[in-house]
Amino acid sequence: MAEAIFEVFRGDRAGGKPATYRVPIAPGMVVLDALHHIQAHQAPDLAVRWNCKAGKCGSCSAEVNGRPRLTCKTRMDALPLDKPITVEPMKAFPVIKDLVTDVSWNYRVNQKIPPFEPRPGTEWKMYQEDVDRVQEFRKCIECFLCQNVCHVLREHEQMERFGGPRFFVRVAALEMHPLDSRSRTRILKDELDIGLCNITKCCTEVCPEEIHITDNAIIPLKERVVDEFYDPVLMLVRKIRGAE
Amino acid sequence: MTTEYETHDHDVLIIGAGGAGLRAALGALAQGAKVGVVCKSLLGKAHTVMAEGGIAAAMANVDSADDWRTHFRDTMRGGKMLNNWRMAQIHAQEAPERVRELEQWGALFDRTQDGQILQRAFGGHTFRRLCHVGDRTGLEMIRTLQDRGVQLGIDVYMECTITRLLKDGERVAGAFGYWREQGRFVVFRAKSIVMATGGIGKAWKITSNSWEYTGDGMALAYGAGAELMDMEFVQFHPTGMVWPPGVQGILVTEAVRGEGGILRNKLGERFMEKYDPKKMELSTRDVVARAIYTEVREGRGTEHGGAYLDISQKPADYVKKKLPSMYHQFKELADVDITKGPMEVGPTCHYMMGGIRVEAETAKSTVAGLFAAGEAAAGLHGANRLGGNSLSDLLVFGRRAGSAAAEHANKISSTALDSAQIEDAAREMLAPFERKDGESPYTIHHDLQETLQNLVGIFRTKEDLIRALEELEKLKQRSGRLSVEGSRLFNPGWHLAQDLKAMLTVSEAVTRSALAREESRGAHSRIDHPGLDSIWGTKNNVIVREGSNMTLRQSPVPELPGDLKPLVAEEK
Repeated sequence: MAEAIFEVFRGDRAGGKPATYRVPIAPGMVVLDALHHIQAHQAPDLAVRWNCKAGKCGSCSAEVNGRPRLTCKTRMDALPLDKPITVEPMKAFPVIKDLVTDVSWNYRVNQKIPPFEPRPGTEWKMYQEDVDRVQEFRKCIECFLCQNVCHVLREHEQMERFGGPRFFVRVAALEMHPLDSRSRTRILKDELDIGLCNITKCCTEVCPEEIHITDNAIIPLKERVVDEFYDPVLMLVRKIRGAE
Repeated sequence: MTTEYETHDHDVLIIGAGGAGLRAALGALAQGAKVGVVCKSLLGKAHTVMAEGGIAAAMANVDSADDWRTHFRDTMRGGKMLNNWRMAQIHAQEAPERVRELEQWGALFDRTQDGQILQRAFGGHTFRRLCHVGDRTGLEMIRTLQDRGVQLGIDVYMECTITRLLKDGERVAGAFGYWREQGRFVVFRAKSIVMATGGIGKAWKITSNSWEYTGDGMALAYGAGAELMDMEFVQFHPTGMVWPPGVQGILVTEAVRGEGGILRNKLGERFMEKYDPKKMELSTRDVVARAIYTEVREGRGTEHGGAYLDISQKPADYVKKKLPSMYHQFKELADVDITKGPMEVGPTCHYMMGGIRVEAETAKSTVAGLFAAGEAAAGLHGANRLGGNSLSDLLVFGRRAGSAAAEHANKISSTALDSAQIEDAAREMLAPFERKDGESPYTIHHDLQETLQNLVGIFRTKEDLIRALEELEKLKQRSGRLSVEGSRLFNPGWHLAQDLKAMLTVSEAVTRSALAREESRGAHSRIDHPGLDSIWGTKNNVIVREGSNMTLRQSPVPELPGDLKPLVAEEK
């Protein structure tokens, strides 16, 4: 039976190194299957997060041959088998153990975002053409791969200042909800610092749900911030009216 | 030994953070309770996220003739009249309001032409009834509930597993568990506990369920003295993926059939004509699963032992719009373009109709202070669940359970924790580290899955079930001797060793109930007793612990009141 060689990161906060495992290959196998095989036969304490194994929950994110992926959707027959397949934890987040990282920061950022607030006396009617673009954002499975590759977070570690693509997508879903009444532009500017994003589209490239994060979420939100805070005409109007 | 652990205090502790747990949390919060939610995974990853097809609610947006009475009738008849009628009634009456509430909290369903929530057809439902978002309805639901819960101030304990309920005399007083990350122990003191832990599908080999589905809530409740009911009724979803092997069991939503998908065998025959000529592909799940299984067994299966499911007669854009995740799932995992050709599908273990026995109005179990909702609870679905009735179940009974749990907490004084129970729970947790050279928990889990798959599957016989009980006894012995390697830091082998105990307990309850019921009804098919038995139609199997023994007895199915009887009468 054909075999693949895996080099899987083993370690914790204190450090670690890759360990080598040989895994028999079956048709249609994905990297997560290989990790389960390693757990069952070679390393029962290998730490891996997963749930649905169907690309719907976003739990099994890791870096396979250096590429951020959902391991449940990374097929072995799409990888070169003449050299070891490397599997490493997401680099932007602190390692807890092996492939499991501490993603709790994301949950804290999420709490900064003001929730959906319908207009008073709303009639609950919406048309498909008005919800289409919001439904795109709501496909997000929170795999955090976009956060992992965003260089503001990955290289510059601006976790204290910056929200990251996942949360711009969430804000976009709220801001463009046809019946929402709130404005979140000040939070985008001050607390999530959307200005730090320089539109390199790395997030869009890795999104397993194929959400057009940069084009459909981030750029329109940037425009809203600019319109509200940096439009010279509006600034003048505000000055004259004495607002802000 | 003095165990180290942290302690948290709540009025209401909810175990499980899927749809039922989160809706229960919101229900309890609305009563002013201090609420904690414990979940085995990260928040938002629970099994609800995988629900695809929709939420059944008689809103009559598409078919104006629909109302709660028809939904009630469909649910009762789909459950082969073994349901708790009052639960089925409450469910049908309250589901529309629970869906509207989700929308008002920000959920965005697909729309009708005139701007209302769109509804689609599904198996066993007389009318187009399932409110949906493409084929990712569960994700929409869990995000909506999760965001609202976090915003309103529930405490969420993520990646934390409960291994024992603590009692103060006859009532529940709290729960003992461990943090998956560091392996440290944690104790929750609570006046009320809601079980929202889902099902037991991970005990079968071919399953649509994730690692979390190990029957924890049912086993914990059973351990605490609660009754389990209808445990023989395990739903095999007719359509799971069958090829390639790596994806076997992954769910193919019933929405494919709801949107017009057709089932054929390898001879090209539309075989549902033989099994249910009236409803065809949209027959109930028990019937379709048996039909596919029978076609395969009689030699008319596909190359990889399934049936063909074809939606390619619909326009490609329509399929991509209404079934986007199915399109991607088959394209990426099986190299099949479902807009061009058929899928290969076969039955996969999917859902537990049975569970913790609860009162219809309050979702309270037979143990004071213990409540249950969603898949962990029994009663609503009877012998077979209709697609779409699960998400509505989570909302309707999650809310009721949370609300009743908060009311209960309001009425009672604080509970006392018993350190002896805590010490015992801790000792049990650490035992696998102290044994050396025992078996791996993965080996025992593998053998358990083989046993249930082969002996307690879609079709059952007395001989198989007796053998299964013998095998389960051996597995129990083996699991008492297993050992784990490594440290307490995020150690999946150790975690599985704990989950195995729950799986073995619940598997035994399933097998004993299946052996007792000498008839075929809904999802329970006995080859040696192929027909419905009218006497069994009046009984629910009930499992309860007596000392260390599992005992089984029958309890009468609550009788329908006179005014509801005509609603479920046979069609002319």
